[in-house]
Amino acid sequence: MKEIRLHGRGGQGAVIASQILVNAFVIEGKYGNSMPFFGFERRGAPLSAFVRFDDRPIREKTQVYSPDCVIVVDPTLRSAVKVFDGLKGERIAVLNDRKAIDQIDLPESMPESVNKVGIVDATKIAIECIGVPITNTSMLGAFAATTGWVKLDSIVRSFELFLNPKLLEGNVKAARAAYEAVQVRELVTL
Amino acid sequence: MSIKFKVDYITPIGKDLYVVNTGDWRYQRPVTNRDKCRKCGACWLVCPTNSRHALATHYETNLDFCKGCGLCATECPARAIRMAEETRE
Amino acid sequence: MVTEQVKHTSNAARGVGKVTVMDGNKAAAYGALLSRVQVLAAYPITPQTPLVEYLSQFVADGALKADFVEVESEHSSLSVLHGASLAGARTFTATSGQGLALMYEPYNRTPTIRLPIVMGIATRDGISPQCVWGGHQDAINVRDAGWIQLFVEDNQEILDTVIMAYKIAEHPDVLLPVNVCYDGFYLSHMADRVEIPPQEIVDEFLPPYRPTHQILDPDNPMSIDPLTPNELFMEYRYKHLQALQRAKQVIADVDQEFASLFGRGYGGLIEKYRMDDAEIAIVGIGSPVGTARVAVDRARDEGKKIGLVKVRALRPFPREELVEALRNVRSVGVMDKNVCFGWGTGVLFMELRSAMLGVPKPPATVGFIDGLGGSDITMEHYARAIAIVDDSANGLAHQEITWLGLEEE
Repeated sequence: MKEIRLHGRGGQGAVIASQILVNAFVIEGKYGNSMPFFGFERRGAPLSAFVRFDDRPIREKTQVYSPDCVIVVDPTLRSAVKVFDGLKGERIAVLNDRKAIDQIDLPESMPESVNKVGIVDATKIAIECIGVPITNTSMLGAFAATTGWVKLDSIVRSFELFLNPKLLEGNVKAARAAYEAVQVRELVTL
Repeated sequence: MSIKFKVDYITPIGKDLYVVNTGDWRYQRPVTNRDKCRKCGACWLVCPTNSRHALATHYETNLDFCKGCGLCATECPARAIRMAEETRE
Repeated sequence: MVTEQVKHTSNAARGVGKVTVMDGNKAAAYGALLSRVQVLAAYPITPQTPLVEYLSQFVADGALKADFVEVESEHSSLSVLHGASLAGARTFTATSGQGLALMYEPYNRTPTIRLPIVMGIATRDGISPQCVWGGHQDAINVRDAGWIQLFVEDNQEILDTVIMAYKIAEHPDVLLPVNVCYDGFYLSHMADRVEIPPQEIVDEFLPPYRPTHQILDPDNPMSIDPLTPNELFMEYRYKHLQALQRAKQVIADVDQEFASLFGRGYGGLIEKYRMDDAEIAIVGIGSPVGTARVAVDRARDEGKKIGLVKVRALRPFPREELVEALRNVRSVGVMDKNVCFGWGTGVLFMELRSAMLGVPKPPATVGFIDGLGGSDITMEHYARAIAIVDDSANGLAHQEITWLGLEEE
């Protein structure tokens, strides 16, 4: 079983992204579930959502405290929330940032907590493809490319179930663009 | 424990079980002055047992179910109804 | 590894349906849809709100041929269903927390007038301190109103149990309303893999509702729930209680029939997990049972002979079934997501203790309270609980009740 934690802000679609991700795993014949962290539902407030997937049914009904991967939908969150807490296993971080991967100011401790980083300017892609800075679908494209855990096609096919039909085309474009654009780097491990 | 049931029903429903004879409760009865009655129907409106009915000349009481509450007498704008002692004759 | 897991064991291929992803509220709505409910009335309240939206959408799209009555309160929603059910319709509603509180008066009348209404409760913790989050207190507080109360563990079980609930409720030996209680947020808002059973097999399993015990019919007039005095009152209460006891057998039978058609069974009143050679056990109810399965697996890997008993039916209470399931264990830990005021324990703990009274050599019982007001029952909390149960089995000193997560480090 692998565990994923998404960090976003209310209104950015992180919870929908977590549901799309579950559907993508199910399309591939796996089991998965996701739940949001149930806080105060306010636009702009930091929130997280938890995804698990496996080849066998998922029994856990609890939050994710030690994810194999974190997806950070909003670049400003890294200063507000400890987004890298508890990483285990492959220790992957998929980040939304406009900087190039060699310019990014990752914290000194990153190599200890994160093993592999995927960075994409999801905000720019979202504005180009959808017209609004809603980065959830772009980040799913970046997630598929960085982790290799799920096919981009499964993610894109899952949009239909969760997104307004009018928004489908732009979001598919955004996910594909982010899939291509994401820069991936393995950090020095201890 | 064996229980002797009173009814076959499993639910509290009223069919032949409860015919409450409200006429039995009456210790005073409405008496209508047909000359004063203006046939406005106020008594008919307020009667809780629907015991007032219209005749050609005035409203009268069906005593089968009248419980003698006196609402009609109180509400009659023409003061055409008075409550008399029930003697059950 | 999964020794006594009853799910997905049958090879009933006909009942295999389409696999998709949905949250718990949608699973409940699909249960109502597949049961071909005819009248719906519901008022939105967190965390049940999306369910009302899903049902409205089903009706608007023509997928569900039902009358959806838009009401101004929960008191009205259940009262509308009273009329509809008395007229012979299959009906569905759902609520949570404050909504259930406002529904209290018609809620108590529903089982007495023996209406086979099915109602979801997306469980929400007590009304105060002000809280929208999960907890079992709302459903627990009305456990003695005379409904059947089934608690479920995941979204698939929500969908399946709504369908089973009609079969139980409408059974001539029962004729009682059923609550399908699913954890607010933890299930209501959890997206999960769910298989939608084929409509034609559901139709085969669940024929249309044809009331015979009472019906509003102009040719055969009757009044419902008139003043019912003294011994007659006692007689109806007695019959009600007997029906609730008879429901035990029906719940078990319906579960078996469901499993034979759809390949998924849930054990009826209780489910035993890895109990065969268990020396200690966890007893749980609702969605925390899922986490408990993994905690039990891990403790087994460490060499502990531990099992799990999941309580599905809180009402009727599976007294004999629990005694039998726990006959050979030395100590039992009960995980409550509720409190029992006046006893200082959880309700499941208190009722399990009562069930064990008079049993020769009963197991020690220790209680755990966790998950109130949306707090997370973590794997670490279960590990701590299992350690305490182990202590009690070995005769070591331990507390009777532990509030997990409130303990000092």
